[in-house]
Amino acid sequence: MKYLGIEPKKLVVAVFDFTGCEGCELQLANKEETLVAFLNTLEIARFREISSSESDRYDVALIDGAISRHDEVERVRAIRERARFLVAMGSCSCFGGVNRLRNATDIDEANREVYGDQPKETLFVRSVKEIVPVDVEIPGCPVSKDEVERIVQHLVLDVPYSFPVYPVCLECKQRFITCLFTKGQLCLGPITRGGCKAPCPAGGLGCMGCRGPALEPNFQEFFSLSREHGFSDRQIQDHLDFFGGFKEVDVT
Amino acid sequence: MKLDLKVDVHPLTRVEGHGNIKVRVKGGRIKEARWDVVETPRYFEVMLKNKHYATAPLLASRICGICSISHTLASLRATERAFGITIPETAARLRALGCHGETLQSHILHLLFLAAPDFFNEPSVIPLMEKKPDVGAVALRLKGLANRLCDVVAGRTTHPVSFLVGGVARMPERGELLRLGDELRRSLDDLAAVAELFSTFEMPDFVRETEFVSLEGEDGYPFIGGDLISSDGVEHPEDGYRTMTNEYVVRDSTSKWSRLSRESYAVGALARFNNNSRFLHPGAAEVATGFTLAPVNHNPFMNNIAQLVECIHVTHDAIRLIEELAESPIGELKAEVVPKAGEGVGAIEAPRGLLVHHYEYDESGILIKANCVVPTTQNNASIHHDLGELVRKYAVEGMTDERLELLCSMLVRAYDPCLSCSVH
Repeated sequence: MKYLGIEPKKLVVAVFDFTGCEGCELQLANKEETLVAFLNTLEIARFREISSSESDRYDVALIDGAISRHDEVERVRAIRERARFLVAMGSCSCFGGVNRLRNATDIDEANREVYGDQPKETLFVRSVKEIVPVDVEIPGCPVSKDEVERIVQHLVLDVPYSFPVYPVCLECKQRFITCLFTKGQLCLGPITRGGCKAPCPAGGLGCMGCRGPALEPNFQEFFSLSREHGFSDRQIQDHLDFFGGFKEVDVT
Repeated sequence: MKLDLKVDVHPLTRVEGHGNIKVRVKGGRIKEARWDVVETPRYFEVMLKNKHYATAPLLASRICGICSISHTLASLRATERAFGITIPETAARLRALGCHGETLQSHILHLLFLAAPDFFNEPSVIPLMEKKPDVGAVALRLKGLANRLCDVVAGRTTHPVSFLVGGVARMPERGELLRLGDELRRSLDDLAAVAELFSTFEMPDFVRETEFVSLEGEDGYPFIGGDLISSDGVEHPEDGYRTMTNEYVVRDSTSKWSRLSRESYAVGALARFNNNSRFLHPGAAEVATGFTLAPVNHNPFMNNIAQLVECIHVTHDAIRLIEELAESPIGELKAEVVPKAGEGVGAIEAPRGLLVHHYEYDESGILIKANCVVPTTQNNASIHHDLGELVRKYAVEGMTDERLELLCSMLVRAYDPCLSCSVH
């Protein structure tokens, strides 16, 4: 079937899930109006969440989730060996995501709290690139299907694609969304990389930074702005820490 | 009889998360039939600690990529009950509408994308779309509509953005809501086609008598808040959920298990149906009758049909909610939020069953303790014991490893387990 007027060669794609909610994978089955055409550009080697087909021959591995157990470390290394392109899909995969919040607590203490005297195996939570080299990162919680599609088009058809480096603020202005700061909310829009088209501010929620930093963000100016609007350093730090995309940034 | 059977499914496909099935039959005797959840644990109850009340629902949402709206709703309800907040009427209607959108989205995903391929002997919905384009078109239309309903009401289907402590952040545009109402009315034909399709599938004739737990409907089919009941006659208020769910840790699963009056109990669409079918919309009740689904039904495969019945119910109820929203003054969208020290429990019916969040706050609105009980945790023991009974019934002369594997996989899929949720 032709897609964008071209008969494409099929790219063999496999989808793998690690520590996370599998919501990013689910986005691949969304955007129903183009789903059939999109799937027609691909051959799905593995996609456990929706398919029982299993093959170990693939060009592109899409990785959903963070790495938090020995078997996951081994598995992602084996996938890296087989895949031509390894794509980290979603904030968990790119940064560790919300899972990274657990690193603030000692593992034994976390186990006692949840599992009592029968601890389960777990490691310090890491992103995929902390284990193996990653070719493409698509951050977002969840990822935007639109962006995944454009990246797949880029890989299959060489349609040029580059990630936006401007902040979410710009996309908010384009959509005429009232600034969340004026509505009394803390928003990481000024320092977070755009490309998501600002769904959170549009829905009434300040940006939580799921896509990580924009190009050369002015953190000091952002901290001053946030403090001027009455937010404490603790609130600002909590936002920065939420998805792990700003893990080296310290508000103090 | 020299009957040997062996099933090793690890991990099971077409379910959310990682779980394994293992069956061993030697010389006609069952040596082993087990269900283990091997999904990597996530420790959300630890991560929720020290979080500000406004952040709690955003973090809770990340427990699940399919039922993130449910986790958000349970989280909000726990916080609002801890602070003693009653949300405005419009906000309550919008949240109920978001809940219906998610139920529809999740059930359609399960019925047509995850479960249906088994009945066509296909590995996934992808070849099915080519071979049965009419079924594919219906599946995509219904799922697209359910996702749009969530997007319009909650700001986004996966990890909603428009629901916050005290109410909702925004009112969807009236025209957009009315258009959705029209689409929902038209979608009833598509749902009738799904019912028609499922009437051609043969559900295994399998019964294991068990207990069903759900919220108790007071003036309608229950979704958000209220007392807890079981089909064995146990009743507890929302705050007493622990005496209903009795979670315990098992050695070989990263998910906890639950029990009540028997060795296991079940939650989900079939449990809700068994305990509350009298509150179903007549259009949904009629479909249940067509499938000879009547309470109390003990065939776990009929959870598929109960989900189908619920799709029709929530579509009718979503149409009603949209009409009410269109006719009523908008009024307040959010109540004033004043944090206070104390505890709150929020119980809701997620697509896969009873979901509870329980939070304890300090006086500044910082979480000091969290407990979450999710649907699949409560279904683990039921899945495990059903597998044993299923193998007992089907491990007879002529049975093959492949057929038994398919039956076991279909049984687990019928529960629509969400294993990421279960290891929260």
